[in-house]
Amino acid sequence: MKSLKKRYLRDNLMKVFLVGNTIVVLTPLIIILLYVFIQGIGAINIDLFTQELGSPSRAMTGRPTGLVHTIIGTFVVDILALIIAVPFGLGAGIMLSEYPDNKLNPIMRVMNDTLNGMPAVLKGLLAWALVVKPMGSFSGLSGGVALAFVMLPIIARSTESSLMNIPWSIREAGLAIGLPRWRVIMSIVIPASKSGLATGLLIAFARAAGEAAPLMFTSFGNNYKSSTLIGWIMGPVDTLPQRLYSLAISPYAQWHQLGWAAGILLLSFVILSFIIVRIVIREKNY
Amino acid sequence: MEQNYTKEHATKELLTKNRSILYRSFGDRLFSYSVFGLGITVILCTVLMALVLYGDGAEAIKKFGFFGFLTGRVWDPGITMEFGAYPFILGTLITSLAALAISFIPAISVAIFTAEYSPRWLSSIIDNLVNLIAAVPSVIIGLWGIFIFAPWMRDTFYTHIYMWFLDHYPTMLPIVGNPIGYGMTTAILILAMMIIPYTTVITVDAVKKVPKEQREAAYALGATKWEVIRMAVLPYARGGILAGVMLSFGRAIGETMAVAMLIGNRNNLPFSILGPASTMPSVIVNEFREAVENIHLSSIIAVGFYLFIISLIVNLIAAYIQRKFSLTGARTI
Repeated sequence: MKSLKKRYLRDNLMKVFLVGNTIVVLTPLIIILLYVFIQGIGAINIDLFTQELGSPSRAMTGRPTGLVHTIIGTFVVDILALIIAVPFGLGAGIMLSEYPDNKLNPIMRVMNDTLNGMPAVLKGLLAWALVVKPMGSFSGLSGGVALAFVMLPIIARSTESSLMNIPWSIREAGLAIGLPRWRVIMSIVIPASKSGLATGLLIAFARAAGEAAPLMFTSFGNNYKSSTLIGWIMGPVDTLPQRLYSLAISPYAQWHQLGWAAGILLLSFVILSFIIVRIVIREKNY
Repeated sequence: MEQNYTKEHATKELLTKNRSILYRSFGDRLFSYSVFGLGITVILCTVLMALVLYGDGAEAIKKFGFFGFLTGRVWDPGITMEFGAYPFILGTLITSLAALAISFIPAISVAIFTAEYSPRWLSSIIDNLVNLIAAVPSVIIGLWGIFIFAPWMRDTFYTHIYMWFLDHYPTMLPIVGNPIGYGMTTAILILAMMIIPYTTVITVDAVKKVPKEQREAAYALGATKWEVIRMAVLPYARGGILAGVMLSFGRAIGETMAVAMLIGNRNNLPFSILGPASTMPSVIVNEFREAVENIHLSSIIAVGFYLFIISLIVNLIAAYIQRKFSLTGARTI
């Protein structure tokens, strides 16, 4: 048996070790966030939101450049993805939570987690093979499909867990007054959990908005605005994460500055949606 | 009174109204079928991914052989058009295993600190911060890495290490590699930094699920706080922690953008400690846009197919651990 003194010493040492580790881990993580803000804030100006990027020479000669086409493109592609992913994700979530005795459910849960854990770049390859290859060109639509694969498992999971939060007795009450099952789901369960569902969609949206890998060879990127609506969907489209990557690996100092600006835009969006999600979750106390 | 009346009225109407068959049993069946039809796509997506990746990579896999491609050490899209995935598989395994080894103890420490030691206000701050950083897109980490971290590491450490080896053990230089800043070590460190939040989030969950009685029993025996954690909390939470580690490993394997920006992208062996290397996702991102030859394209997709298999295995192991050890449902980040 060790002496009491030694045990106390060990206890204190571990405490110091854990505190030290926590500080060592959190410091660089905070530094990253601060750096992006400090570097990015200087690069923000009105041109960023009104001008398009254009060719490298445009930045080199000091003419105004911006990322307006990238900001619009990000929303176009992400909203396309949301439109594609929502029915399937909701369907999967409803299937998992409302039909619990379905034999496929355990497999589906595992497959859903597996799909969620798959590298995003593979989802991009899948979208490339399904959309870009048959269509013969890079397009916003294919980017939407790629991001839909990213969103689908997140939406399915969050739908399942927010529907599960509704007690079974409420469903039984609905069934007891003679409502058919689909009516119980559509008019009792889903309205009751709508803030949970919306949070799930926001999480999926924010996660997909930060993915660059699947967009590299689906929506591809574009230095200019598209003049027509069809061009946003059927032509190559710029998106923030993918543009950020291209700017960061480009050889031009001006573009590096724009890269930081793109970084701060993306990070602000992610932080904003994070805060909204947290507030909703705290209010609902899930 | 009036409100009561309307409610009663509505209920009565609901019960007595004659509804069509479409509303009742047929509607129910229609709804459940369409929900199943939509939901089943989750399974189909994974299957489809395997089929498509195999289908498009088949040309390369057939030409070089299933294991031949896996063990081929040459990746030459320029002249000979010979392709082998071995350097990338090696690069992926080295970077993700090393990142996992580096991140494991710090991540668990943060989790134990927030769950067991820190006051409530501090743990909620740390919890929010860790969750937020887990949500930060990897391109942003890559952006920081490419402009701040890699040059800083080069100036403060790599060049000095390189010089030291140059003076004392010049024969070791091929193993140490070029200190350009963008290479294996930088990628490993950034990767470790990125997976710490994932591991921490899942570990905190697992530690919080340990019942109070478990701790109280150990305290009652006269254990110190650390002894309680080591003997009562950690063994109880090990399933969750292990699953979290597996999921983080899966993340590290599939992490694309930050690695592609920092690893330096060298396609041929031998890799060195500081020098550039390549991983499976990074080669896909870097070369897919530029590939023109069919066999090159198909080889890149074949790399994707092997990446699929590896991450499928890792994810299935994580799911298995989670099912076997955990008491409640799984959690996804």
